[in-house]
Amino acid sequence: MAEVTSGASLLEQVGAVGRRAVTRTLRQRALLIFPMLFPLILFAINGSALSAATRIPGFPPVSYRAFVLAVPFMQGALFIAVTAGIDLARDIESGFFNRLALTPLRGSALLAGQLAGALVVACLQSVVYLLVGIATGVGIASGVGGAFVLLVLSILIAFGLAGVGALIALRTGSGEAVQAIFPMLFVTLFLSSASLPRPLIQVRWFREVATYNPVSYLIEGIRSLVITGWDARALAMGFGFALALAILSLGFANAAIKNRLVRT
Amino acid sequence: MSGGGAAIVVEQLVREFRKGPRAVDGIDLTVSPGEIYGFLGPNGAGKSTTVLMLTTLLPPTSGRATVGGFDIVREGANVRASIGAALQEAALDPILNGREHLLLQATLQGIPKATRSRRAQELLERVGLTEAADRRVGGYSGGMKRRLDLALALVHSPRILFLDEPTTGLDLQSRTALWAEVARLAHDEGMTVFLTTQYLEEADTLADRVGIIDHGKIVAEDTPANLKAQIGNPSVEVLPADLGSGDAIAEALTRFGTPIRGGRGSLTVQLPGGEAQLAELVRVLDAAGLHVASLHLHQPSLDDVFLAKTGRKLEGAADDLGDEPLAEKPARGRRGRRG
Repeated sequence: MAEVTSGASLLEQVGAVGRRAVTRTLRQRALLIFPMLFPLILFAINGSALSAATRIPGFPPVSYRAFVLAVPFMQGALFIAVTAGIDLARDIESGFFNRLALTPLRGSALLAGQLAGALVVACLQSVVYLLVGIATGVGIASGVGGAFVLLVLSILIAFGLAGVGALIALRTGSGEAVQAIFPMLFVTLFLSSASLPRPLIQVRWFREVATYNPVSYLIEGIRSLVITGWDARALAMGFGFALALAILSLGFANAAIKNRLVRT
Repeated sequence: MSGGGAAIVVEQLVREFRKGPRAVDGIDLTVSPGEIYGFLGPNGAGKSTTVLMLTTLLPPTSGRATVGGFDIVREGANVRASIGAALQEAALDPILNGREHLLLQATLQGIPKATRSRRAQELLERVGLTEAADRRVGGYSGGMKRRLDLALALVHSPRILFLDEPTTGLDLQSRTALWAEVARLAHDEGMTVFLTTQYLEEADTLADRVGIIDHGKIVAEDTPANLKAQIGNPSVEVLPADLGSGDAIAEALTRFGTPIRGGRGSLTVQLPGGEAQLAELVRVLDAAGLHVASLHLHQPSLDDVFLAKTGRKLEGAADDLGDEPLAEKPARGRRGRRG
C-alpha cells in the first residue's frame, strides 16, 4: 500500500534537482572545458591581432587585451545558455521530464534546480577568465573588490542567459531549436561594443545598433571594472540590464514550465 | 472508492488531438485491486494515450476516470500519489548511476531522508541491480534500464502500477525476468498493474484480464482463456518436406477441413475434433506416404482473437505461447508495432 510520505520541501526539491544538474555538469568534462576554452582562444587571438585598435584616437589608454577581457565572460555566458537549454530539452525529449512530472515536484523547484548546473559552470568559468586575464598582464582597475563585483555581474549575466536557454527549451521541447538560437545570440555579441568603444564605431547603423543593444551595456559594465575603476553609470546599466534579463527570462521560463508540466 | 472498490474505473474516456482522429474513442473499463490488466493493441491503437490520461499527464477530451478512487482531472495530485509509472522507453539520465536515480526519485516523492538510502538499496536488490548500482546508467543494457525504471516506479510503494510496453526491445531472458517481478508485485503484494503491450505472449502470460484496443476502441475484453475459447479449435500448420507434394498434402488434409496455404508452401487446417485429432492427421499423412518438414499445432491465440475482432493480425506478432512446436520451427519475429 502507498507509503505515507512527508512531502519534500521546496528547498529539498531544488536541492535534489540541483544536485543532479551539478553532477551532470561536472561529469561531462568535454561540455565544461571546450565551451570555456573557445572564448579564451578568441581572447588570445583578438587581444594581440587587433591591438592596433588602441592607436585609434579616443581609444581608452589601456591595452587591447584589457579592453576585450569582458568579451570571454559574455561568450562563456552564451555557451552556458545553450548548454542549459539543451540539457532541459533533452529531458523533455527523453521523457525524463514526464518522470519528474509524476512526482510532487513544483515547477519553480525544477527550474531553479536545473539552472543550478549553469550557475556552477558560470562561477567556474568566470573565475578562470579573470585569472587568465590577470595572468596575461591585465590589471583590474577597480581592485580586489572590483574583481569580486565583476564575478557577481558575470554570473548574473550567465544566469539570465541560462534562463533564456531554458525558456526556449521549455517552449519548443527541442534541443535542435535551442542549438539554432546560438548563432542568433552570437550575432548580438558582434553587434555590440565588444570590439570597439561605441563612440569610435565609424559605421553609423552599427553604432546605433550597438547603442540599442543591451549586450553593449552588459559588456561595458564588466569592462568598466577592468579598465576604468568604479564607474557608477556603467555598473548601474550593466547590473540593471543583467537583472532585467534574469527577471524576464526566469519569469517567462517559470510560466513556460508550468505549461510544460501539464498535470491535471 | 468509486466503481465498487475498483482500482481503475474508466467511463467513456475520449482523447482527441488537433488535426487528428480520436486517439481514444469512448473506452470503458474497470480494473480490480490486485489485478493485472493487459491492454493489448498495435501501434497507434490508443494504448499510450490512455496511460497518459490515467496517469494525469494528459487531460481527457471527455469522459471520466478514477484511479485509486481519485478523479484523474479533479484530483490529479492524489492520483499521482497512488500510482507508479514506467512509461514507454525507460526515461533515465545516462550520466547518473542507478542509485542516484533512486535517491532523486525518493527525495522528490517525499520519502523521509533517514530512509531514502535504505529504500534505494531495497529496490536495487529487488530488481537485481545491486552490483550495477554505482555505474552510470548510460552503460546499462536495455533490460537493466527497464528494471531500474520499474524500481523508480516503486519508490513510494504505490498501490497501482502503470507499465507502458515495459518489455519492448528486450531479449527473452530480460523479458521473462521482468514478467516474474510484475507477477510477484500483483500476486504477493496485491498491487494493481495496468500493462500495455504489443506482445501477445506478454498479455497471455501475465494478464488476469486483457482488453484489446484498436483504433481507440476496446474491441474485446475478458480473461485470455475466455477470449481464446471464443475462437474455437486449434489448427495444425504443415510444412511439406518437398514443395512438390503440397497439393497431395492439401488433398489429404481436406478430410479435416479446408486447408489454407501460407508462406513457404505451408498448409494450415483447423482440427474440428480438437487436438485429439492430431494423431489421426499424422496417420493420414503417413498412410499416404507424404513427408513433412514440420508440424505445428496452434492453440487459439490472442492473435486469432485480434484477427477475429479486427479482421487483421497484430503485425509481426505471429508466434504465441499457445503454439506448441512439435518439430523444427523456423524463428520468426515477435515484435509488433508500437501502440
